[in-house]
Amino acid sequence: MMLGHRADLPFDRDQSTRFLPWIVALMVFLGALMFAGAMVVSDTIDSWDSTLTGRMTVQVPKDSATDAATGTLVTLLSATPGVTAVRPVPANEARALLVPWLGEEVLDSGLPIPALIDVELAAGARLDASLLTARLSQSVPGTTVDDHRVWLSALINLGRAIEILAFIILGLIASSAIVAVIFTTRSGLAVHAAIIELLHQMGAHDTYIAGQFQIQAMKLSLRGGIAGTAAAAIVLLAFAWVGRGIDAAFLPPVTLTIAEWITLLIVPAGAVAIAMFTARVTVMRALTRMP
Amino acid sequence: MLRFENVGMRYGIGPEILRDISFSLPPGSFHFLTGSSGAGKTTLLKLMYLALRPTRGLVHLFDKDISLTPRDDLPALRRRIGVVFQDFRLIDHLTAVENVALPLRVNGGRHAEIDSHVRELLSWVGLGDRLDARPSTLSGGQQQRIAIARAVINRPRLLLADEPTGNVDDHIAVRLMHLFEELNRAGTTVVIATHNHALIEEFGHPVLQLDNGELAVRRNIQAPAVSPGTGKT
Ligand SMILES: Nc1ncnc2c1ncn2[C@@H]1O[C@H](COP(=O)(O)OP(=O)(O)O)[C@@H](O)[C@H]1O
Ligand SMILES: [Mg+2]
Repeated sequence: MMLGHRADLPFDRDQSTRFLPWIVALMVFLGALMFAGAMVVSDTIDSWDSTLTGRMTVQVPKDSATDAATGTLVTLLSATPGVTAVRPVPANEARALLVPWLGEEVLDSGLPIPALIDVELAAGARLDASLLTARLSQSVPGTTVDDHRVWLSALINLGRAIEILAFIILGLIASSAIVAVIFTTRSGLAVHAAIIELLHQMGAHDTYIAGQFQIQAMKLSLRGGIAGTAAAAIVLLAFAWVGRGIDAAFLPPVTLTIAEWITLLIVPAGAVAIAMFTARVTVMRALTRMP
Repeated sequence: MLRFENVGMRYGIGPEILRDISFSLPPGSFHFLTGSSGAGKTTLLKLMYLALRPTRGLVHLFDKDISLTPRDDLPALRRRIGVVFQDFRLIDHLTAVENVALPLRVNGGRHAEIDSHVRELLSWVGLGDRLDARPSTLSGGQQQRIAIARAVINRPRLLLADEPTGNVDDHIAVRLMHLFEELNRAGTTVVIATHNHALIEEFGHPVLQLDNGELAVRRNIQAPAVSPGTGKT
């Protein structure tokens, strides 16, 4: 005898419950990809942020870039409060940075490449780029200072917008999941109305009946959640594999850390929790209509 | 135990099916409920087992005014009522044993105890060889006996049966009546809705008679059944 293990309600005979695992699988798949995408964007922004803040680049036009001028600028910069290191970028290094963008031919054609000086700032130090530009160009005309702020903040804004969009889409996916569970549960309530009435008559509390629907919702959504997560993992691993050869300067790596993989499990866990909670609320509401 | 005061009942905006019903059932009493088909017997029983709320009037059950009882307290009252439905309402994906065990499960009973208790009762109603059968594979009379076993398994304080002997042979009907009487002797208040006048006369309990939506209580014409040849032992 397996009295305790068989549900009173014959859920396995419902047509309506067959679709729920598929719907949940699809939603968890999309949701996990969204979530992973948001995490990759966030990682990328952080890495840009940490490499670029605390740095400035001083540009000296090719015409003014004599060794003496460079020496003067290095002295001036080293004496500026907040500056921890000053390093003139060797010409071949500067050239190497530009080759991928402009090509050998353009560079060989005598393009005037400015001299660059890397400036590192103490942690937390902020120097006003325009004030510094004004001061340096008095000594060496045409010198400019770039603190990457404009470029970086535009990118960061774009990244945050992508993140927000990802979470809005996650929210929409979750709402659709709720609607799917509500409809499945309602049709389950209709299909099993006679048995529910019987259990009610025997003195079953609403929570006893709701509990059976809740366990059923858990089983169905868990099945879908596992399938959706597995599919999303395969896609993410495939992306990482395809993208492994691409230069990190162009495209951030589409990989997740172990912690992020674990965080990704929030999506299926959330789907199961949403399904159980929605089923419970739907059944409890319907039951309050019984005397 | 159970008291109705000026109860009226209509379905939706339909005519009033029951009008000014007032009666009271003392604890440990045994009544028949009769009336022609459509007279409202099932409706009256539904009011008694709290599946319907009256459109007017008061229902007192187990010394509680039902209209003033919080909804959360009703399951506890329902657990003390055994109901035999006119249409049995057996669950077809459960075996006979599991169907009968259902009220005990709802009550949170222990599996091992439930099981032996249920098998014993099913054997007593003559279904000892069909314990693990599905209801749909059984005859109407056999299903009815499962429904009765399910109604009495919890030793309810109030037993309400809607035409419980409608589908069984006379000798089984008498046997089922003896089951109800035994339960009644142990303190359960019993109401049996029936068309079977022979049975009413044979067992001689007082009768609640429904006519034109109104209820009359009358003592049985016959003396309580001890007449020879009824099979009562
Ligand atoms: N759920 C319902 N909705 C509307 N009318 C009903 C409903 N149930 C019963 N009735 C009507 O109430 C009257 C009494 O029915 P019922 O209580 O089943 O009588 P009985 O059990 O004595 O045959 C009948 O006229 C029937 O049509
Ligand atoms: Mg009826």
